[in-house]
Amino acid sequence: MELPLINDEQVELLLSDLLENYGYDFTGYSKASLKRRINRLYSLDKIPGFAEFRYKISRDSLYFKRFVEQITVNVTEMFRDPGFFTALRETVLPRLGTYPFIRIWLAGCSTGEEAYSISILLKELNLLDKSLIYATDLNPAVLEKAAQGMFSLNYMKQYSENYILSGGKNDFSSYYTAKYSLAKFNEELKHKIIFSTHNLVSDHSFNEFQLILCRNVLIYFDRDLQHKVLELFDESLDELGYLALGTKETIDFSKIARKYKRLQNEKIWRKIS
Amino acid sequence: MKNCEALIIGGSAGSLDVLLRVLPLISPDVKFPVIIVIHRKNGSDSLLPELLSGKTQLQVKEAEEKEAILPGIIYIAPSDYHLLIEMNKTFSLDYSEKVNYSRPAIDATFQTAAEVYQNKLVCLLLSGSNADGVNGLKTAKSWGGMAVIQDPESAQVAFMPQQAKLHVKIDRILSIEDMPEFINLLS
Ligand SMILES: C[S@@+](CC[C@H](N)C(=O)[O-])C[C@H]1O[C@@H](n2cnc3c(N)ncnc32)[C@H](O)[C@@H]1O
Repeated sequence: MELPLINDEQVELLLSDLLENYGYDFTGYSKASLKRRINRLYSLDKIPGFAEFRYKISRDSLYFKRFVEQITVNVTEMFRDPGFFTALRETVLPRLGTYPFIRIWLAGCSTGEEAYSISILLKELNLLDKSLIYATDLNPAVLEKAAQGMFSLNYMKQYSENYILSGGKNDFSSYYTAKYSLAKFNEELKHKIIFSTHNLVSDHSFNEFQLILCRNVLIYFDRDLQHKVLELFDESLDELGYLALGTKETIDFSKIARKYKRLQNEKIWRKIS
Repeated sequence: MKNCEALIIGGSAGSLDVLLRVLPLISPDVKFPVIIVIHRKNGSDSLLPELLSGKTQLQVKEAEEKEAILPGIIYIAPSDYHLLIEMNKTFSLDYSEKVNYSRPAIDATFQTAAEVYQNKLVCLLLSGSNADGVNGLKTAKSWGGMAVIQDPESAQVAFMPQQAKLHVKIDRILSIEDMPEFINLLS
């Protein structure tokens, strides 16, 4: 890519089309990433011109699906940022473990690697039976993949290293069975996960949780939308519940910050009032 | 170039030594931000800003998402995220696929900065063992920006600047000794 093929005004046009035709609102997203993704797709699909691109997205619902899948970033890992999972294992989950029931909301779960990681932690702490993980994303395609619980065997070495760094003591490979080039995670890990669509921009609070995780999603939102989504999390979190964000994200700028106390060294906040 | 509005330095294997030699000689009065994108292992996060801030009078900090980009500050791209520049001169972070096996990718920062700073942008590519940065230099040039490389002869690993030289019309080729003066004169 040299000169971008799709310019800022054209990006705005596409976004207003999406809102009008499909009710998907991407107008509050950070523009640099969106524009980069849109241009990438435009070259990848060798679309002859902007008018054609716009028409296809507005009229061809299959292409629209592809468009949404491609402009959102779905990259994820199991036990990504091992130190974060150590804090869940050693501090957050044991405290929640004193409750009769633990409801967890994993927003922006992508293809599910994080959900299975949390399931493994809960199982090792003997808390899985009384827990429920609501794993949501706006993109139905990643949720389908997540529900299968199968990930490339190639990644298992890395994930196993992450798991060990996070304080895991078991043999990581006991959690899956290898099938050709895939690792299929054990059914029992999946029983307590509910995968469903939820759009953080337009959908409302749907339950009360003791732990909400939303990592590496807010970086794609502008400040206004970040404010709005943090309010949604605040509404959905029980008193003394925990809110966890990605390593480079924060609640410091937001109105909800004064109700929360941060856990040392991690992007985890506890609701104290 | 005069009145430069942003200097972005990209580097990979062999580039840290160059920074350690050049940064101490950069004038504390420079009137533009210096944005550094260096390939490195994950997890070594806060170490690089710390190391570099011991070498210069300028403020050194890790770039944060939504942060306004200000003159006279050295920003370091955090490890494991792409660092993008928004039209309103703030940073965004992005966890998309690696580019040229790298995250942060030099290309991602050069390319998004190109349109923002146009002919007031200087991109400097240092030593390294892959071709990251080459496409970014092309983009910067097409928006009127300036493409500068470390002289491959002086680079610990010549491949990266060499690739740039091969594929991009380079404006300046600098030895390590010439870099501080070149940078100080951009203000
Ligand atoms: C980079 S992934 C993060 C995955 C995982 N949480 C992690 O940190 O590894 C970002 C995810 O956010 C989802 N997402 C983006 N916008 C969203 C929205 N408005 N509502 C719900 N999910 C969204 C994307 O579909 C994508 O799966």
